[in-house]
Amino acid sequence: MSSVRVLVGTRKGAFILSSDGKRQNWQVDGPYFGGWEIYHLKGSAVNPNRIYASQASEWFGQVMHRSDDGGKTWQTIGNEFVYRGEVGTHQWFDGSIKPWAFRRVWHVEPSPTDADTVFAGVEDAAIFRSTDGGQTWEELSGLRRHGTSADWHPGAGGLCLHTILLDPHHAQRMFVAISAVGAFRSEDGGESWKPINRGLKSDYIPDPEAEFGHCVHRIAMHPARPQVLFMQKHWDVLRSDDAGDHWYEISGNLPSDFGFVVAVHAHEPDTVYVVPIKSDSEHYPPEGKLRVYRSRTGGNEWEALSNGLPQQNCYVNVLRDAMAVDELDPCGVYFGTTGGQVYVSPDGGDHWQAIVHDLPAVLSVEVQTLP
Amino acid sequence: MIRVVLPAHLRLLANINGEVQLDLSPPVTPRRIVDEIERCYPALRGTIRDVQTQQRRAYVRFFACREDVSFADPDQPVAPPVAAGEEPFIILGAISGG
Repeated sequence: MSSVRVLVGTRKGAFILSSDGKRQNWQVDGPYFGGWEIYHLKGSAVNPNRIYASQASEWFGQVMHRSDDGGKTWQTIGNEFVYRGEVGTHQWFDGSIKPWAFRRVWHVEPSPTDADTVFAGVEDAAIFRSTDGGQTWEELSGLRRHGTSADWHPGAGGLCLHTILLDPHHAQRMFVAISAVGAFRSEDGGESWKPINRGLKSDYIPDPEAEFGHCVHRIAMHPARPQVLFMQKHWDVLRSDDAGDHWYEISGNLPSDFGFVVAVHAHEPDTVYVVPIKSDSEHYPPEGKLRVYRSRTGGNEWEALSNGLPQQNCYVNVLRDAMAVDELDPCGVYFGTTGGQVYVSPDGGDHWQAIVHDLPAVLSVEVQTLP
Repeated sequence: MIRVVLPAHLRLLANINGEVQLDLSPPVTPRRIVDEIERCYPALRGTIRDVQTQQRRAYVRFFACREDVSFADPDQPVAPPVAAGEEPFIILGAISGG
């Protein structure tokens, strides 16, 4: 019988939540790396027992871990993220110029075809690749050397590359997203990159339709239809039908189109999930009601999903890497909150239950579907 | 033997219980202490100082014989009681309030 393993990164450690395919009864293991901030964990689709974890700290810098037994034991792996060639500069909040400086790994993305290959999205914005299971890392510097990069500047969360999508149909095609900069696409395995922000409108930048400067919070795709992308931007939920060349808004009847997460149903490419947040200054759900919104039409028409979620006095946030879906049928949907809850819906969003209530603030949620 | 006290987070990371004992010949300097820690405990590489710049991390301090030696020349010998193993070389993480 199939089972699921939910990988949860929090402000104070990692947790692994396990259940059989019914997803009703859960085993909670952890904390792993207790006391440390775990930005993200993700398992390899090729070898599900191989899991990569990013542990970051203002005190002690970046540490990377790998497990080869499904999270039971861990070993430290390479933590040298050295920008390739000339470091270059970018803008700072006050208009001054800063050299690129590595701060932390926000996101790890294992290759869907090779368990030893894994990508890392980092702050200051860059993408790195390892082909030896994370022992060594090499920057794919074409992104940071893009002609616009000297004018990139950080958002409040830092100049972070937080989203990496690998196109399962085109081995050389990749997408990334950077806060306060935008989305980019590579057609050559990460050697060169093109901004894909046409159609984005952001009133908080001088030219609302500029080529870059947009605060993209998250991008998602369905593996069967990778040319269709869904985006949760700082404000606005958007869709592209041509691999990012053009975007159009699909916020429709959402109560707020601000938010961080967006996810796509595992078996229905036009079923999309977001968690609306009240505003960019009030990072909690509208009306104190935690509601996931689902569109079954690829956007614009959204229904509130609230069965089992708190509908009063709820003021948590759901961060950009904290929503995921499993591959079971019916599809399970998961998300974690800054209040330390991890919720699951084993029926595509119709009913929700908290797997755990009181973890540290959740930074990331990933799901592995195991045979 | 040189005695080194590490912060709890780093002891956890490197699976260390209690003080670390280092067998270092003179001159015993902060740089050589950190070099030896990183050699003996590779998991700690990059956590006390930046791998590239070799700069001590901003929220890490070095204490010896009740003095803050964080800003001392890392190639100057530590105080004799530390070099003799009578006093520990303390590597400390900044206190987080709130």
